[in-house]
Amino acid sequence: MIKKFDKKDEESGSGSNPFQHLEKSAVLQEARIFNETPINPRRCLHILTKIIYLLNQGEHFGTTEATEAFFAMTRLFQSNDQTLRRMCYLTIKEMANISEDVIIVTSSLTKDMTGKEDVYRGPAIRALCRITDTTMLQAIERYMKQAIVDKVPSVSSSALVSSLHMVKMSYDVVKRWVNEAQEAASSDNIMVQYHALGLLYHLRKNDRLAVTKMLNKFTKSGLKSPFAYCMLIRIASKLLDETEGGHDSPLFDFIESCLRNKNEMVVYEAASAIVHMPNCTARELAPAVSVLQLFCSSPKAALRYAAVRTLNKVAMKHPSAVTACNLDLENLITDSNRSIATLAITTLLKTGSESSVDRLMKQISSFVSEISDEFKVVVVQAISALCQKYPRKHSVMMNFLSNMLRDDGGFEYKRAIVDCIISIIEENPESKETGLAHLCEFIEDCEHTVLATKILHLLGKEGPRTPQPSKYIRFIFNRVVLESEAVRAAAVSALAKFGAQNDDLLPSVLVLMQRCMMDSDDEVRDRATFYMNVLQQKQKALNAAYIFNGLSVSIPGLEKSLHQYTLEPSEKPFDMKSVPLATTPITEQKTEIAPVATSKLPEKLAPSRQDIYQEQLASIPEFQGLGPLFKSSEPVQLTEAETEYVVRCIKHTFTRHIVFQFDCTNTLNDQLLQKVIVQMEPSEAYEVIHYIPAPSLPYSQPGSSYTLVRLPDDDPTAVSCTFSCTMKYLVRDCDPNTGEPDDDGYDDEYVLEDLEVTVADHIQKVLKPNFGAAWEEVGDEFEKEETFALASVRTLDEAVGNIISFLGMQPCERSDKVPENKNSHVLFLAGVFRGGHDVLVRARLALADGVTMQVTVRSSEESVVDVILASVG
Amino acid sequence: MDSTNLEPSLYTVKAVFILDNDGNRLLSKYYDPEFYPSMKEQKNFESNVFSKTHKADNEIAFLEGMTIVYKSSIDLFFYVVGSAQENELMLMSVLNCLFDSLTHILRKNVERRCLLDNMEGVFLVVDEIIDGGVILESDPQQVLQKVNYRADENPLTEQSVTQVLQSAKEQIKWSILK
Repeated sequence: MIKKFDKKDEESGSGSNPFQHLEKSAVLQEARIFNETPINPRRCLHILTKIIYLLNQGEHFGTTEATEAFFAMTRLFQSNDQTLRRMCYLTIKEMANISEDVIIVTSSLTKDMTGKEDVYRGPAIRALCRITDTTMLQAIERYMKQAIVDKVPSVSSSALVSSLHMVKMSYDVVKRWVNEAQEAASSDNIMVQYHALGLLYHLRKNDRLAVTKMLNKFTKSGLKSPFAYCMLIRIASKLLDETEGGHDSPLFDFIESCLRNKNEMVVYEAASAIVHMPNCTARELAPAVSVLQLFCSSPKAALRYAAVRTLNKVAMKHPSAVTACNLDLENLITDSNRSIATLAITTLLKTGSESSVDRLMKQISSFVSEISDEFKVVVVQAISALCQKYPRKHSVMMNFLSNMLRDDGGFEYKRAIVDCIISIIEENPESKETGLAHLCEFIEDCEHTVLATKILHLLGKEGPRTPQPSKYIRFIFNRVVLESEAVRAAAVSALAKFGAQNDDLLPSVLVLMQRCMMDSDDEVRDRATFYMNVLQQKQKALNAAYIFNGLSVSIPGLEKSLHQYTLEPSEKPFDMKSVPLATTPITEQKTEIAPVATSKLPEKLAPSRQDIYQEQLASIPEFQGLGPLFKSSEPVQLTEAETEYVVRCIKHTFTRHIVFQFDCTNTLNDQLLQKVIVQMEPSEAYEVIHYIPAPSLPYSQPGSSYTLVRLPDDDPTAVSCTFSCTMKYLVRDCDPNTGEPDDDGYDDEYVLEDLEVTVADHIQKVLKPNFGAAWEEVGDEFEKEETFALASVRTLDEAVGNIISFLGMQPCERSDKVPENKNSHVLFLAGVFRGGHDVLVRARLALADGVTMQVTVRSSEESVVDVILASVG
Repeated sequence: MDSTNLEPSLYTVKAVFILDNDGNRLLSKYYDPEFYPSMKEQKNFESNVFSKTHKADNEIAFLEGMTIVYKSSIDLFFYVVGSAQENELMLMSVLNCLFDSLTHILRKNVERRCLLDNMEGVFLVVDEIIDGGVILESDPQQVLQKVNYRADENPLTEQSVTQVLQSAKEQIKWSILK
């Protein structure tokens, strides 16, 4: 008698694994007994189990050996052992992709699927559909249709689920089974109902009307399956989302009614759907929040987790709606499931008052080491949000963060903490010193190069301006001694900034630099030598240009220009001004912090928008010779939304020209537009040189037409101009269905809104990290000053916003944020004027009745100063 | 990504796996071809999940952007994985169904050795509960009926004396341990 497993295994006790030392070749050898007659079901069953187990462990089967085993296995269909047959189905599914010619079992499976044994029928259908391709599907279509409406639930379910899997492959065939699926949806069996609903939705999801009808039908008739209810809720909320319908629609009523379902799963799904709806009012949220509140005291951990996670979500947008649950959440902060406790605390931090912060922080620090990194990041994010809300609490937070920083943790976690500390430092000047001290301590023992360099950069920027800059030097110089090349180089740069800013430190910094010049790494040595020489000059302007405020050009642009220069050697030195400027990245406002931010997509280094435009424009022959692209504006809409044609314009500024790019979309499906140009009539001395038409605009495919305009040479102050725009084109009517156009067309035109060119189009934003140094660097040769009264502006914030958007310059030193309760403010703006002239603006604002503004402009070019003052006036 | 609503779909389960108390894989099924397609990624994921969950019996965890519900029994760990937006209770119903069905076919001996001895039954149960990520059945009674499999179905005459003793020993041992 052959036992299930080797005797040896049994004797070694229950700890051993009978599958542990399986050899693929030995198992395949054993598989030969499949060919013996009569079939021994028990032995064969065991061998099949071993094969599946091996596949499951990730063992690789070659095509030949897999095919061989597969063909031997087909013989087992002769046996009538139930379990053996079922294992054959499993083997077929597992091997469908690795063996060849799996379709030979089609007939056996078809026989089982239509046979009398109900136990075989469902699994046979699923195995069959796994090996079937589109062409074969036609052959079994008849059986599938019958199976979908079969009265045995397992058969019907199997057929429906298999159909769903096959929708991806052969949508057109499965689409024909809609009527059968419809019939199955009214089945009494809850799973059949659920699967039928899923398939129906999948087949109809692109047809909104059909989905609406289906929803209406099922929401009226009611369903038995809780799964089906969840599915319906999801469909309904998606539909609500798409139609942007008000929340008074029957769909919303349906979702709300599900809050009273007797199954928890459905109730939770409905509550979660309501919470996730955009622009939900507090009143609409209330019933959802109250069921979630009940779940908070459930004995089931999963339910508590689900509830508190959803409440956390609510708390981000509507903290007041969750306040009612505070007591329940308090009970959860000691939950043995640390995920639940963490979520409860972070929710409370959002909803609670300032006074509870200390207590909660203490509680969370008691177990922060036990939770996973994902949740630690959630905690850090909550703290970060809290610091913005209660700036006075920053000392508690800073303390907590520094403790967290000392603990073990992955890169994501550490980065979140460092980012949080940096943002606190930026928001609260009084926390700067403690924050910098914590970061200094952190880099003493930091394995992440990225974080170390980031912190060193920050030290270089902020350190010199603290009362005691000397204490940071030690930390920085330690890096030079101990760390890898990248960190050493960053440390050298930071040191140089101290030397440039603080005259009394300069001699010591120079000594340290001297040592760095012996470094083994080229980059470190180069930097040290460079800074050494700059510092020895002791000139403010040099320091500003080469130490504080680095290059502001676009790096890909610089690379391209240098490459071009080496290709065409010339006598002239390389001109930095010919390189396009870097567009300042708009700092994202982190208004919404995802509770668990886990986007795992690697961040791609996308070329900036401007680099893309540069590339596009350079490929048009007419635009060659315009020089580097200076600035591209944000798109301006020239039509109302939902008109026949949608046109938006992007203004590309070059040194002496402007290219207007008109992105046109034709929204009429019975028209084809050709030779589309936008004719422009300037109000000033601007000269239209060239039109480049969009050759053809079929329905809903956007195309671009360009207009090239020369700026007036003789009058450099003429920076603003209004253009009246008319789109001209040839219309050819066409068949809406086929898109086939008529042979002849007629000319037509369409009036667009006027387009303005303003001073902002001539200025590129440039961030000067150290504005004071830049201000000295430019010098007062062409300084001009004027005072204006802004009568219509009521607050300083508004004035600052207006000035920034009007001039299109970059605010520096965070001067765009006006401190509260102040009557005066100084705004620093930096930019580069078309042609490569630096422009700096200092605006002193005072709030009296209106806002009075004193503007001081400095630039390396006199006309630029005039332009700015003239346009402000 | 968390704010985007879930596309209505029947594809609920991303993966199911059963590990032993050393974190070794006994059975695992991944249903989404985009979710850890390679064996190496799968095993990394499993060992990460195991290391974070085996100490505390907490029922639910959130790791690598996935919601994971789990349950342990003696020296076995059962996991069901779904996306972050998935209804946690749906995943829980799958896990419960899996556990209850296995409890039944293993005659309440939900431990490693017994599970491995009845591996074919385990494969069949998993196959009846989830098909390609879709919940096929969530009622353990229905699953058992469809699988129609009982542990130790070999008649007593076929069993050697040592085997009987062995199984008796284990029965006693576990009944004492419980």
